[in-house]
Amino acid sequence: MPNTAGDQQRSSLNPNDMAEKPTSSITDADGAGPFELKAASFTLPIIRLLDNDIETVALRLGARVEKAPDFFRNTPVVIDLSDLAENAEPVALPQLVGVLRGYGMIPFGVRGANADQAAAAEALEMAILRDSYVRRTRQLGELVADMDPEPAPTTVSKTPKAPDKAPQPPTEPAQPRAAGQSGFMLITKPVRSGQRIYAAGGDLSIIAPVSSGAELMADGNIHVYGPLRGRALAGMSGNMEARIFCHDLQAELISIAGHYRVSEGIPNELRGVPVQIFLDQKILRIEKL
Amino acid sequence: MARIIVITSGKGGVGKTTTAAALSMGLAQRGKRTVVIDFDVGLRNLDLIMGCERRVVYDFINVINGEANLNQALIRDKRCDSLYVLPASQTRDKDALSKEGVERVLGDLSDNYDFIVCDSPAGIEHGANMAMYFADDAIVVTNPEVSSVRDSDRMLGILSSRSKRAEESLEPIREYLLLTRYDPMRVANGEMLSVDDVQEILSLKLLGVVPESKAVLNASNAGIPVILDRESDAGQAYGDMVSRYLGDDVPHRFLHPEKKGLLSRIFKG
Ligand SMILES: Nc1ncnc2c1ncn2[C@@H]1O[C@H](COP(=O)(O)OP(=O)(O)OP(=O)(O)O)[C@@H](O)[C@H]1O
Ligand SMILES: [Mg+2]
Repeated sequence: MPNTAGDQQRSSLNPNDMAEKPTSSITDADGAGPFELKAASFTLPIIRLLDNDIETVALRLGARVEKAPDFFRNTPVVIDLSDLAENAEPVALPQLVGVLRGYGMIPFGVRGANADQAAAAEALEMAILRDSYVRRTRQLGELVADMDPEPAPTTVSKTPKAPDKAPQPPTEPAQPRAAGQSGFMLITKPVRSGQRIYAAGGDLSIIAPVSSGAELMADGNIHVYGPLRGRALAGMSGNMEARIFCHDLQAELISIAGHYRVSEGIPNELRGVPVQIFLDQKILRIEKL
Repeated sequence: MARIIVITSGKGGVGKTTTAAALSMGLAQRGKRTVVIDFDVGLRNLDLIMGCERRVVYDFINVINGEANLNQALIRDKRCDSLYVLPASQTRDKDALSKEGVERVLGDLSDNYDFIVCDSPAGIEHGANMAMYFADDAIVVTNPEVSSVRDSDRMLGILSSRSKRAEESLEPIREYLLLTRYDPMRVANGEMLSVDDVQEILSLKLLGVVPESKAVLNASNAGIPVILDRESDAGQAYGDMVSRYLGDDVPHRFLHPEKKGLLSRIFKG
């Protein structure tokens, strides 16, 4: 490891001593630095994936969350992938993370990931927790060594950045079009199944129906003055203030800054009516207009 | 300059070829110089429905490859002087339909005809793309069921983004909806989507509603475009469709289950 600071720190510790006291604190080398390095253990919910079908997972999870929404609000969770069959279809991690965030959770790391999954997790800026690593955290010397450059469990309280990667739909890539100098893009014709429209850097307004199988994306807000039957993803580059406004909500999926909800998660009384969709403390809220 | 009309759908077996035959015959009967081209390379259906399958010598691909000229390949309809059929090859593979080749043939035809009707194969693959690429107008043939409506919607998306008109930012293709195999009885029973249901999803100009009819199969077995069967409901509906396409304002028919017979109405009143 080319990190000399880390090496120095480590050499200043007696790993054997530290291992005896797993939760004691380590002060900076001379005890008067700008921070205190501590190890602590947390009990965290682990979502152990038994099925790689995210839609099913989302559905079941939705039912759980409904019963105890406060329990899940702002709760950091670890995604455990170790029980997924080796040769199973790759799990759509960005989607799963989006689903969890949509329900208010803060997925921050994965466990039991294979190489591909680990790469996907890394791309989402998530921590990769190895079983051995979890054990190692009990050893403070190791912990210090791992603080940098690898993310350690102490990053739990750090709010994960909104994902740069929104759920990747199966259709052909959208031509991202700059939303113009006014920061705004207007579409006056129906958006059909299989079409994708991306207003890069601004708002998107549609004064026509949006078919199921169509996809709208905007870095800013999305307005649909017609039935919205497809997918709408606002705040694509992470703007959590972005909102979706629509006249007639029948969407297959709605998402703000990567926090999303699939059709089944939309209550019946909010379907077919004018609504706005926004993030309230990182929870996706749908409100009648 | 001919106007190029593509008959398309996405989903298979919805009535494209039936419609292409009816439309081209209807236009020709109104004195328009019309050619209908079969883009369904490898299947060759149109010539059967037009009743000219035994006169096919050269085909569309031969012309594209320069193995025959247009005059050798075009088959003049025996019933109507201003109608010609350009059949598809049954043997060649679809890649023979090159974009340049199709463009050249359409360009050559364009000078001598008023309308070029392109019968598209099903799907959204190469053949379907070639059939729609140069179109000015598109008639999207749809059956009143969810899967067909979905596929039509997808096709409309492709028309508005991957056609020549879209790619060159010209005036967009004019899109029309034709609902076929419409069974008002089953619609009334809630077994099929209604005209309004389909219109709500596709929001397109409705060119016509062709009822489910035995006359269609009888006509294709006999090699006669059903539009020539004036007694039949489907033949009349196709006749209305052609009038509407040419700009006449004709009310829609065959939308509701047949009324009770005259006698029962008299006695009831
Ligand atoms: N209005 C109608 N009433 C009853 N049967 C019909 C009607 N329209 C079409 N059909 C029948 O449906 C079948 C398919 O019709 P057709 O060949 O015109 O469809 P297509 O869309 O061209 O099919 P493909 O996608 O295979 O090219 C035929 O058997 C035809 O007789
Ligand atoms: Mg056909």
